[in-house]
Amino acid sequence: MTILQQVLTVAAVVLGTMTTRFLPFLLFPEGKQPPAFIRYLGTVLPSAVIGLLVVFCLKDAVFTSWHGLPELLGILVVALLHRWKKNILLSIAGGTIFYMVLVQMVF
Amino acid sequence: MKTKAFRAALPYTLPICVGFLFLGMSYGFLMRSQGFSFVYPMLMSLFIFAGSMEFVTANLLLMPTFQPLHAFLLTLMVNARHLFYGLSMLDKFQNLGWKKPYLIFGLCDETFSIHCAVPPPEGVDRGWFMFFVTVLNQLYWVAGATLGALLGYLIHFNTTGIEFVMTALFVVMFLNQWEERKDHRPALIGVGCTLLCLLVLGSDHFLLPAMGLIILCFLWLRRRSPQEVSP
Repeated sequence: MTILQQVLTVAAVVLGTMTTRFLPFLLFPEGKQPPAFIRYLGTVLPSAVIGLLVVFCLKDAVFTSWHGLPELLGILVVALLHRWKKNILLSIAGGTIFYMVLVQMVF
Repeated sequence: MKTKAFRAALPYTLPICVGFLFLGMSYGFLMRSQGFSFVYPMLMSLFIFAGSMEFVTANLLLMPTFQPLHAFLLTLMVNARHLFYGLSMLDKFQNLGWKKPYLIFGLCDETFSIHCAVPPPEGVDRGWFMFFVTVLNQLYWVAGATLGALLGYLIHFNTTGIEFVMTALFVVMFLNQWEERKDHRPALIGVGCTLLCLLVLGSDHFLLPAMGLIILCFLWLRRRSPQEVSP
């Protein structure tokens, strides 16, 4: 590819990404009330999508030889730390360090 | 007002800083190892600002044939989840003036998860709070990608497993919204549908079907109890 072709390829990717980001706001501009079901989706989707993202993070781990066992243990540590101290950084750092030790030394 | 919003936003973005610096640096390092100058990952992370798609674009640029339409359609598929992010933010982004287009531009997975799970603290301006969350996250990502391309190969320590920081982040977000909401069905639907599609369809083709299934579940739930006002 020439440089111009590379620039156009990146531009196509930018356009695609921005289409997915701006389309909902263009379809339902301020003041225009979206249909009831869309508004309902707006209230329930955030919880569902965070659930989706958690599973998304595990997508490759599930199919390894340990079937996501180290990841599950890591998640357990995150959950316990979070229940204990309610400190976002502590839960995340603790869980990640635990997981790194686990995959580097045990699994 | 700005300082207050910045101080409120910063702590929530720090975990993402760690994750983005690491992922961004791996991305920058990858681009450079394939012969691209650091300008590529720097500009691509700035303008595309959608992590997984930037990795894919690196492969697209290495293909011998020039297929912009293919690139466009592929991006729509990979980033279709952003449509749902936007739908969830229609109300939250209202009446924010010039900040609104930028908030939409910068609505990546991690920024979205903060917007969902973290309401601006009391006395902090909503628009500026979300603006700083978005700016900081983008800054981390662009800095990571650029640094990775410039310095990535100089780093020598065993980073195996550090990518778990993203999983941990989403788990914490999940737990937070779980406690905030009485109705746990949406969260369970999200996990259940995605897990089912992942196990049945494999890790390459599960995301769009999972989203379809989630929407179907909500259609069904809504039909079963239409008068119910959700959380």
